[in-house]
Amino acid sequence: MNGEEKARARSVRNAWALSAPALVILGIAASGPLLIILIYSFLSPGQYGNVSWAFSLEGWIGILYSKDIFDGTLQLADAHLTIFWRSVKLSLLTTLITFAVGFPTAWFIATRPPKARALWLFLITIPFWTNLLVRTFAINEVVRNEGLVNTVLIKLGLIATPLRMINTDFAVLVGMTYVYLPLMVLPLFATIDRFDMKLLEAGYDLYATRLQVLRRVILPIVKPGIVAGSILVFVPSLGAYVTPRVLGGGKNMMIGNFIELQFGQGRNWPLGAALSMTLLIVVMAALLIYVRTANRGGAGHG
Amino acid sequence: MAERSFEPSRIPGFAAVAVLAFICLYLPIFTLVVYAFNGGSSMAVWEGVSFHWFEKAWANEAVKSATLRSLQIASSAALIATTVATLAALGTTRRTAFRGQTFIYVMINQPLMVPEIVTAVALLILFGVVKQWTGYQGLGYLILAHTAFCIPFAYLPIRARLEGMDLTLETAAADLYADPWRTFRHVTLPLLAPGILAGAMLAFVISLDDVVITEFVKSGGQDTLPTFMLGQLRRAITPEINAVSTVLLGLTVMLLTAFFLLTRKKD
Repeated sequence: MNGEEKARARSVRNAWALSAPALVILGIAASGPLLIILIYSFLSPGQYGNVSWAFSLEGWIGILYSKDIFDGTLQLADAHLTIFWRSVKLSLLTTLITFAVGFPTAWFIATRPPKARALWLFLITIPFWTNLLVRTFAINEVVRNEGLVNTVLIKLGLIATPLRMINTDFAVLVGMTYVYLPLMVLPLFATIDRFDMKLLEAGYDLYATRLQVLRRVILPIVKPGIVAGSILVFVPSLGAYVTPRVLGGGKNMMIGNFIELQFGQGRNWPLGAALSMTLLIVVMAALLIYVRTANRGGAGHG
Repeated sequence: MAERSFEPSRIPGFAAVAVLAFICLYLPIFTLVVYAFNGGSSMAVWEGVSFHWFEKAWANEAVKSATLRSLQIASSAALIATTVATLAALGTTRRTAFRGQTFIYVMINQPLMVPEIVTAVALLILFGVVKQWTGYQGLGYLILAHTAFCIPFAYLPIRARLEGMDLTLETAAADLYADPWRTFRHVTLPLLAPGILAGAMLAFVISLDDVVITEFVKSGGQDTLPTFMLGQLRRAITPEINAVSTVLLGLTVMLLTAFFLLTRKKD
């Protein structure tokens, strides 16, 4: 082995040695436990929660089907499907609304003069880092029966009795849009900021209409930002737990709350584990799409 | 015909939507803070500025112990996470690509990708078993769990700082016969310090904010400020919660302002 190779081998050894403490902690308290979930999803439920160590597919089957308590036949579990549909629907709507609001906002920030831009950017990051619970609670104050909206509307004489918004899907949607908006704005801003505004003038000089400029010039270039923002909003929305719990009440559950239920009153840990794995797989698929699109985008414009 | 010109900052409607978005982002937080100072106890009536609810919250033993516990967990987790993240950043930057590098990146960033509820449930199971085996019920579990999900937040600014760092000073030190340790101690570390501090602050804020994982991992009587608030939300809401939120908010804004001043590019 010559000197150069030796130095290289030492460099690699050092890299692993230096990373080891972080990897050990992550292995114990982040990655490793996921393996336990995978194993638990193939066991039988214990009588009082927990599991009994016998192989079973019931957890996975239980995601879509429920067993009839009288004759033991399998039927599609409507209650489960309702929860999945609500989760997907609310997450997609959250993504769409945050995009509709976030795109003009990101554009606005990116087109300010440099000093003002830094300030606007700071203003968007403060809510982003503010405690999720505090922000959810702030929305709770706005939408609840004695909250801001109802108080104002009643004082103005527009309504006599408070509008019931809390504990509805609508409240959850408002809450998630509010909470995740900065996650859409930040990546959009990053792509718009890098964008050469002269291209717009070129397009416009060639007598393209505003709409054509938007569709043919702006959208293709900011596409990586749109994909990144959508993933960043969609993924945590799908796994949301706090927002539906606070704003949706007990009835308007999303997958996150449904998973918790299995480990609490539901006492069906294998089902909870199988649901967790399903959520994880969907999220990983979404991230994979993101990585692919990002790589293609990078190659196309680089 | 007027001359056509395209002004990117003046697309009709965009500014209006943006300003409205900012108002909608800040109005609820603003209302929350204002009503923490309300003398009365309802949203409907404003009864003058008072610190009543802050005093009441501070007099509440549960709030006090939850606050102290939050700070204790956040500082321990931030300290450990930043230390191991600094080492990992030194290990993974500024060297030629090697096999397993991607594996290390994926492991470090994994907490950013996995839904919190999934990690929370996984830790509930794992720590449940460990608690039964060892009988240990202390804060160690929460600190370990928090450390793990704080690592990527500490790692990213440190790595960014390292990648942007000039190698010439370190080469110069080595040329002047400083051994690697002294080069690191007197050249690399001082240059890296702002990145490390920024990473530690993010880790602290992230730990302070956590609800989901804490809710599932904590043993009885181990409420942090966020889980205490979550528990309160089920009951009748009093402006005491507004006061607690306001304090938490103030703490975050202070740390963030410091973070931005630290990482700001010097022009």
